[in-house]
Amino acid sequence: MIAAALLAVLVAMALVVVRALRGPTTFDRLLAANSIGNGAILVLALFGFLTGRPEFLDLGLTYALLNYVGIFAVLKFFRHGSLGAEAEADGT
Amino acid sequence: MIETTVTILLLLMLGAVTIGIVRVRGLFAAVVLLGVYSFLMATLFVVLDAVDVAMTEAAVGAGVSTVFFLGALSLTDTVEAPGKRRQIMPLFVAVVTAGALLWGLSDLPEFGSPDQPIHRQGADYLVRSMPETGIANVVSAVLASYRGFDTLGETTVVFTAGMGILALLRRRRGEGKS
Repeated sequence: MIAAALLAVLVAMALVVVRALRGPTTFDRLLAANSIGNGAILVLALFGFLTGRPEFLDLGLTYALLNYVGIFAVLKFFRHGSLGAEAEADGT
Repeated sequence: MIETTVTILLLLMLGAVTIGIVRVRGLFAAVVLLGVYSFLMATLFVVLDAVDVAMTEAAVGAGVSTVFFLGALSLTDTVEAPGKRRQIMPLFVAVVTAGALLWGLSDLPEFGSPDQPIHRQGADYLVRSMPETGIANVVSAVLASYRGFDTLGETTVVFTAGMGILALLRRRRGEGKS
């Protein structure tokens, strides 16, 4: 049961990887990257339960936080063209 | 069985993403794909039972590197200049290196086998270190005595990196003033 779920998530991840590689716009790639992060968390959780060691769920939490930070940085870059350097730009 | 399947699937995705990184021309897309690569790699590390490495890969590869690359992009341009001509020499070097690595792989002990040198040699440090080195702390004994040159090299690398960063920062500040 868990193995089937794991395989299903992996197939979904493969489809998203295809989107990340082909994605016509950068936003497609961004969304794909975020989805792959989510898929990685799911794989982590499922694999933990499959091998009888769900202790590594904490690692999934870390992945989620990192995913958030990464996407946030990328989106901020998109909005402002730099990583929050408006104050610096005004100052110089 | 299922582990093997998961590993193969992840490796296939990694290969596809790697080719994508090489082929894509927009540097921004390359940064995003590098993040994808790191997440896949970290998942693979978990499947291979190297949880600590996975943690580092996710934190450094997917987290900090992405931000650093974006910082570099904001200082430079976001589109790579198209290559003027195909160069054979780099490809040749890469192929030879890959071949040498694969050739070396065949000499490795089987994955997870108890006969690995790491399980046979040095497993008795707890007993040996005190009479041999006279250092009470085993970790210190291994780091500073058995692997003394290794530690010296690591320290040199960190020192050089620190000096380089200091030199860069100093120059930037001087330019700002003048």
